[in-house]
Amino acid sequence: MKLTLEKYLSWINEFSQKVIDKKDYLSDLDSKIGDGDHGNNLARGVTAVQQMLTAKQPQDLTAALKLTAMALISKVGGAAGPLYGTAFLEMAKTSSQTTELAELLTAATAGLQKRGQAKAGDKTMVDVWLPVTAALKNADLTSTVIEKAVASTKPLVAKRGRASYLGERSIGHLDPGAVSSGYLFEALLVAEDEK
Amino acid sequence: MKYGILIVSHVPEIAAGVPRLIQQVAKDVAITSAGGTDENEIGTSLEKIQQAVEQNAGSEILAFYDLGSARMNLEMAAELATKKLRIYDVALIEGAYVAASLLQAQVGLPAIEKQLAPLKIKNQE
Repeated sequence: MKLTLEKYLSWINEFSQKVIDKKDYLSDLDSKIGDGDHGNNLARGVTAVQQMLTAKQPQDLTAALKLTAMALISKVGGAAGPLYGTAFLEMAKTSSQTTELAELLTAATAGLQKRGQAKAGDKTMVDVWLPVTAALKNADLTSTVIEKAVASTKPLVAKRGRASYLGERSIGHLDPGAVSSGYLFEALLVAEDEK
Repeated sequence: MKYGILIVSHVPEIAAGVPRLIQQVAKDVAITSAGGTDENEIGTSLEKIQQAVEQNAGSEILAFYDLGSARMNLEMAAELATKKLRIYDVALIEGAYVAASLLQAQVGLPAIEKQLAPLKIKNQE
């Protein structure tokens, strides 16, 4: 699947709405194993993204991705800012060579892993980005793939981020970053269905 | 001045307090800090970090931080800065204190880093 500016804008708007709707739930998940600010921080970030995109009216995909990255990096405040920001920035860089979504997400995931130094199984958003990227490469990304990836973080011991200070006590809780990443990719499926 | 010290914390008061403590043993060392988000809430701000790097009289910055997301914003600042940033995954207060007192005593970087090594407590596999 190729990503166009139009499709990207409906994707990011869908995601923003979802994050704003689920703000309290995300913060609640985060308060169990983190610092309880994921929902509020990310909602502030996507609100800034929407304002930025409305104000600047980007004319191409690369510009839109870059604006998204800058808004998230400057407005989120918590770890989600540099992490999501880096992911979108890597997509922006790659989008000048290809608009193939699987390629963009491959670059984004690599950027995420470099920034957060997380690998598969560390109970982070990477546990969603890796399987989603793999599924997109095979053109079989479905809601089930996303749900399974998000749920897979529940039994894991957190190895990165604030939750890692809890060690084994982090078992049994979903990773908030994985949940918000799940929203991102659910939003992608919704945007894809809009023809 | 060759080396300066940068303190990054999630909380404005910590970012202001640590320099106060370490400046006591390092009155001639350039120390700047960045704490909290742009709205002074708990978190870190890339923009504040960039300003603290700019304002630091050192041409090379030894950076100390409190928790993980501060490191991520520090890394981004390092990628965007013209000055070289060295980020240390050590205990914030003890690490910055060691670096400041040794810089004041005009000890070289290799010796400082040797003394910082056992204070590493973050970002470990």
